[in-house]
Amino acid sequence: MTDEIKKKVEDKIIGLVKEYAGKKRFKPIDLVKEMERDFAAEGLTKDDIKGVLKDIMDEGKLVYGYAGGSFLTLPDEN
Amino acid sequence: MGKKHQTPLLDELKKGKWISFVREMERAAEKSPRTEDLLGQVEESYRDKITHWKHGGMAGVKSYGAGMVGRFSDSPEKYPGVKECHSMRINQTSGFFYNSDVLRKIAGIAEKYAGGLLNLHGATGDIQILGVTQAEAEDAFQAYAELGFDLGGGGSDLRTPSCCVGPARCEFSNYDTLKICYDLTREYQDELHRPSFNYKFKLKFSGCSNDCVASASRSDLAFIGTWKDNIKINQEEVKNYVKKFDVQKYVLDKCPTKCMWFEGDKLVIDDSNCVKCHHCINEMPKALKSGDEKGLSILIGAKAPLVTGPRMGMMLVPFYDVNEDSKNDYEQLKGLISNIWEFWDEYGVSRERIGELIARVGLVTFLEGVGLEPIPEMVNTPRTNPFIKFEDEDAAQ
Repeated sequence: MTDEIKKKVEDKIIGLVKEYAGKKRFKPIDLVKEMERDFAAEGLTKDDIKGVLKDIMDEGKLVYGYAGGSFLTLPDEN
Repeated sequence: MGKKHQTPLLDELKKGKWISFVREMERAAEKSPRTEDLLGQVEESYRDKITHWKHGGMAGVKSYGAGMVGRFSDSPEKYPGVKECHSMRINQTSGFFYNSDVLRKIAGIAEKYAGGLLNLHGATGDIQILGVTQAEAEDAFQAYAELGFDLGGGGSDLRTPSCCVGPARCEFSNYDTLKICYDLTREYQDELHRPSFNYKFKLKFSGCSNDCVASASRSDLAFIGTWKDNIKINQEEVKNYVKKFDVQKYVLDKCPTKCMWFEGDKLVIDDSNCVKCHHCINEMPKALKSGDEKGLSILIGAKAPLVTGPRMGMMLVPFYDVNEDSKNDYEQLKGLISNIWEFWDEYGVSRERIGELIARVGLVTFLEGVGLEPIPEMVNTPRTNPFIKFEDEDAAQ
């Protein structure tokens, strides 16, 4: 995966979480599936997307929350 | 010094000769105002018969989505010490072996960061440090990391794999539970710390069907030691047991398939009908031992009552040669786990455990999805019908 595609996936994941903040809780698996569909043409695998998600979390751009199941949210909502 | 909160209901739990968690909490409260407030809130829960914890919320350490369970008091003004009272799960050692020095250090960190309360071990197996605040979580985590420990699972992820003491302390163990538990824990660090499943997933390893870690009833994948060949009988020792107690009444009559009997003073076992329940071996350990072809059975789908009610595991792989696969880094087993997770990812819905998914889509669909051939041994409980309809000619084979 090129850095450019990685950035696109990253922006799309964070963008979705931002857009639906307070309205919908995204489970990591839902986002992975969605990105897998959206970036099918680029040949991204589930593991590629999980890797991008891992970097997002390590950089603190999103954080995990829990309410009966794990979800992703913005750090400033913490 | 008087108690900060009166606890008449909790005081009842100190009566009697047994160890009381209330007494231990009071000891910890002598050093920690946080634990004093905890006693007050627990008393109130006993009085009101409801919990005063708000479940979930945001609690954790950087990058990890697991390993901390958020607990917030619903009466923070009244009990400020437990406004936040999170549990930190520390990945236990395989088989729960520690030396005393490490235990003192674990306790020391719990005293420094969490009011001195430890739970050894939680239902999943982890060491739990009770009463951590979000502000201190990172420091507590780093202190445990320096000691060589990492956080356990939590949330929608792989929960901390857990095993019995296995061959380290138990003669009944049919495989090295400690080794496989350690290996898979190392392998699945991402799945353990970064929730990416539909819901929780548990792996538990028991060395024999006594199942000391309750894998058959508590884990999505249960690995239970078994054997393929015949039970080994020492007839001299059988005679000694006959002199000591009523073997007919307490062993033979309790055999679930009645596959053993006496011919004269000689014990005979029809091993083809033995379901490996282990009862006879437990009762006469000097006389009976499991066979030489040891391995494990894999059960799938057990869970505790949450969401849709409890389930016991059903037989997925009757005999798996773990000793052979261990030479190859458990590659075959990891392949099976990976296929199961893929199928669950694809077809599972939110908060659906794997056992519930199998019940919903049917065993045949599941087996096709994970690449396993259906066999008659895939049953819910021994001696029940399999889920799969076999054609007459297949059944005859």
